[in-house]
Amino acid sequence: MLEITNLACSRGDRQLFTGLNFSLEPGSLLYVEGRNGTGKSTLLRTICGLFLADSGEILWNGESTQSLAEDYTKEVVYLGHHNGIKDDLTGLENLRISTVLDGDDVTEDQIWNALKKMGLKGFEDLPTKVLSQGQKRRVALARLLLNSSKLWILDEPFTALDVAAVDLLQSVIAEHINDGGIVILTTHQEVALTSGQIQRLELGKKKNKNV
Amino acid sequence: MRDLTLAMRRRTDVLTTLFFFIIVVSLFPLGAGTEKIILQKIAPGVAWVAALLASMLALERLFASDFADGTLEQMLLTPQPMFILVLGKVFAHWLLTGLPLVFIAPLVGLQYYLPNEAVGTMMLALLIGTPVLSLVGAIGAALTLGLRGGGILLSLLILPLYIPIMIYGAGVVSASAMGTTDLQAYFSILSGFLILALVLSPIATAAALRISVE
Repeated sequence: MLEITNLACSRGDRQLFTGLNFSLEPGSLLYVEGRNGTGKSTLLRTICGLFLADSGEILWNGESTQSLAEDYTKEVVYLGHHNGIKDDLTGLENLRISTVLDGDDVTEDQIWNALKKMGLKGFEDLPTKVLSQGQKRRVALARLLLNSSKLWILDEPFTALDVAAVDLLQSVIAEHINDGGIVILTTHQEVALTSGQIQRLELGKKKNKNV
Repeated sequence: MRDLTLAMRRRTDVLTTLFFFIIVVSLFPLGAGTEKIILQKIAPGVAWVAALLASMLALERLFASDFADGTLEQMLLTPQPMFILVLGKVFAHWLLTGLPLVFIAPLVGLQYYLPNEAVGTMMLALLIGTPVLSLVGAIGAALTLGLRGGGILLSLLILPLYIPIMIYGAGVVSASAMGTTDLQAYFSILSGFLILALVLSPIATAAALRISVE
């Protein structure tokens, strides 16, 4: 369970948000909404620990994420604006490296399957620099399939994806939530859920509402 | 491991550093004349200055490409201790930029009429000294990450820190060329630098990376 209490962040001299409170139970999805520049990405980066908040606390299962350190990062997958893949390596190699670094025990077959599921059959062995934007995004998203982390933090995961891939990703997210995972994402697309609860957080307004 | 694979994909980067070293070293005999005594005298200094500049040249790229494509963020979010990851990256960097210099050192010896034992000493000194250069440089590279004109700032930050290594590194080669056999003290100091850098640099680098990624 993820709890945020009294979180405040600023970039430079600009206060992005203050007094942010919410908590997420296992099996829930949080949409972070708001206009450009309201601090959506900053909030996401703060939650995964890449950005230091001015004040407030982020608790994972009742413990501060900063004191948990590596025990917390094990539970988190973050996908930001950058795909986090190396252009000179093939999709296969990229995934192999990231799973090793994530400490997941993944077989070669599982990686092939993940790439196949993401619609990259036949492209596994090509350096990712020859792939299109959407295909690179798919390689990055294949990490989600190979990961055992509970908390997914996805910053605009649907950008550059075609309709089929958006559908696929939506079902992957829904499945993760069914399994008791937590997903936080910023997007304008709705994800069809079969179970679990959806929360919304709108940044840039005076009051935060939970639905 | 990952960085080594990457480097194999981009072989030119590695060769650039090596050729830079060779060319800088070769320029001096051309410029200063081929007089044996002069060359023997300046050889240790020239070799070390060239080694400093060559390792400097490659430093900028140590974290820059990872920073640009977001893989650095991912590394910070892995359950692996950043200390180990930094150590791994610096080790890979050294294998690709420091170690080749050690093997090319005999060529310098040949150009500068160095006696055989001095060449051996130089290789050993470079072997101990170049990892220190990579380790210390990594702190600077992490600090200047994502800054405009970071390359120049990096040189300003790091070159002064390289001075002690250069003094003792060049000193041991000079001493050896003059026929001194007792070089223990020099090597002890160089090894001391290495141990100190090995322990402290990854911690400092990891902290600097966290700041830079914000």
